[in-house]
Amino acid sequence: MNEEGLLNRRLATVIGWSALVSLGVLAVLGLWVAPPDAVQRDAQRLMYLHVPAAWLAYLAFGVTALASALYLWRRTRSAVWDRIAGASAEIGVVFTALTLVLGSLWGRPVWGIWWAWDARLVTTAVLFFLYVGYLALRRIPGPGRATRCAIAALIAFVDVPIVHFSVDWWRTLHQEGTVFNEELKAQIHGTMAFTLFWGVVAFTLVYVYLLDRRYRLEVLEEGRDERELEQAIAERVASGDADGPGTSGELVDSGAPR
Amino acid sequence: MPLVVRLRSAVCLLGRFPALAGVDLDVAAGEVVLLSGANGSGKTTLLRLLAGLHRLHSGTAAVLGHDLALDRRGARRAIGLLGHETGCYDDLTVRENLRFAARAAGSDGAVCDAVLERVGLTAQAGVTHGRLSAGQRRRLALAVTLSRDPRLLLLDEPHAGLDAAGRAVLDTVVASAAGEDRTVIIASHELDRTRALAGREVVLAGGVARDGVLERASQAVPV
Amino acid sequence: MNLWREAWLVAGKDLRIEARSRVTLYQVLPFGLIVVLLFAFALDPSRGVLSRVAPGLFWVAVLLAALLAVARSFQIETENAARDGLRLSGLDPAAVFLGKAGAIALQLAVLEVALGAGVALLYDVELRSLGLLVAAAVAATAGVAATGTLYGVLAAGLRVRETLVPLLLLPVVAPVMLGATRAWEAGLGSATADGWPWVALLALFAALYTSIGMLAFGPLLEEA
Repeated sequence: MNEEGLLNRRLATVIGWSALVSLGVLAVLGLWVAPPDAVQRDAQRLMYLHVPAAWLAYLAFGVTALASALYLWRRTRSAVWDRIAGASAEIGVVFTALTLVLGSLWGRPVWGIWWAWDARLVTTAVLFFLYVGYLALRRIPGPGRATRCAIAALIAFVDVPIVHFSVDWWRTLHQEGTVFNEELKAQIHGTMAFTLFWGVVAFTLVYVYLLDRRYRLEVLEEGRDERELEQAIAERVASGDADGPGTSGELVDSGAPR
Repeated sequence: MPLVVRLRSAVCLLGRFPALAGVDLDVAAGEVVLLSGANGSGKTTLLRLLAGLHRLHSGTAAVLGHDLALDRRGARRAIGLLGHETGCYDDLTVRENLRFAARAAGSDGAVCDAVLERVGLTAQAGVTHGRLSAGQRRRLALAVTLSRDPRLLLLDEPHAGLDAAGRAVLDTVVASAAGEDRTVIIASHELDRTRALAGREVVLAGGVARDGVLERASQAVPV
Repeated sequence: MNLWREAWLVAGKDLRIEARSRVTLYQVLPFGLIVVLLFAFALDPSRGVLSRVAPGLFWVAVLLAALLAVARSFQIETENAARDGLRLSGLDPAAVFLGKAGAIALQLAVLEVALGAGVALLYDVELRSLGLLVAAAVAATAGVAATGTLYGVLAAGLRVRETLVPLLLLPVVAPVMLGATRAWEAGLGSATADGWPWVALLALFAALYTSIGMLAFGPLLEEA
């Protein structure tokens, strides 16, 4: 990790190209090589996007939470963690929305429903709103932003397993959606399993690349803010010079070590 | 000479604006220091920084032995800040507000009547804060500050809004500060009045202080 | 002064202000009752739908009213820079958290009794296990009050706090909504599942977020 980005430039470029290529390979695997599902036919191919997207939605949130914790802990406090937390959340929210949309698109032709009240879907929906809240906080500027957002991320992160557990328990008590649940837990073998795994790898590469890019952007913005601040300080001191009472133009006090 | 306050190149931001652009300041124990400067020069921000209410962006700052970069809250029990607002609740009476502040600071509330007497608010003890005049609020704020028995008094334009009697009370409080082992920093535009009270004047202009540092600074020891 | 006495001091202050200003009594409580009424307009009272969904509607009304209670609790700290006063007071922030959350919880409890009576009257429900209802309500209220106080202080100094707190709070208390409704369904006799495990979940949530609140209130108050 260097000062400007999470990865050094060459590594970032390599990952970027790898991500692009692996997405291409995923498309080939998912659309042609993997066999159509016996029951669901081609609609089931959406799974190769939906599941990796879900994986990333949760991974990104985990990264945000971990980075937030590292930021809050005195010994590891650093702006690096704050940047990572924010960048990861921005990427994560997109993947979460993607998961929900793809889930709907998959569910409709296969089970005839746009939505189902099972623990995973509901938790993902709640996760989406937790992200949105976090990003709303992120947009509010100020010196306390990092601490506010870090604490909010941890509060939300702790909530996710509770949501999942309570919805899961609720649905098993009601014994509804059994068919839906069973199909989701169905064993996947061979080419299909490999394609799924490839999807997860490809999406993770995309995530890492985007994280690095977003991180760099943040660093550039902070650099600009620092320069603007230095200029503002100079202007401020000069303005004091102009209307301070009877000053000789000296700004520095006698003998003070700097 | 023990230093109660020691700032070097202190920069403090309000949002993105550098309210303090590199302040050097020493204040020794028992001093009464006048902080003067035009509107917008950073006086209020400086006092609030000393009380630990603002975050230090860069530079060093030590108040009553506590490093403000590490521990903004440590010195607060011993600091009394008289700011522009009272920090009280509109629906509670003068006495209720004062009792809350006193008990929060650890005293048992019996000190309230004496303090109310001192600032001249005994007659208003049962009036709710929302119905007080600006001058009466100032007196209440002073009462709250005094009830905490602070070692360092930070007064932000304390005379503003007070009538003659109120100003006299304030002057008495400042005058007796040294005898009570308190240090006072007053930010004020009432230069004539406060110059008479203060032992030293520091001018703030453009977020920077003139004459902030004491001579023989190398011999001064932080408290 | 120890933590509990300081918390008691802060709670007492908040409750005294409420006793004086009566905002929760005259504004938040009627709001809750109006929500209960509106649900009746939205659903059909004549087909027994209301009595079946009464627990859920009750808790939705409570949650919405809680948003107002939290907003009010921090509104009083905005006037006259009272928040600065709290910071300078030397009070332990964990105690301030407990005091404010406790005051909110107490006000919500009064609200729930009134709303509960309203729901029982309007929605025609049958009482089965009062102990379960009360236990679930206590645990759920504690959880909502703790989380609400946490987000309340987080947003306290922000200009957009009125729209921000609902957005932040409601997703996080979704499990409370779920658990409290299930427990009350059991307690009001419209579901066969046992309600007590849900009470355990609610209690866990309350304990967890009270702990988080005690830790995080201080740093958040400083940033407000």
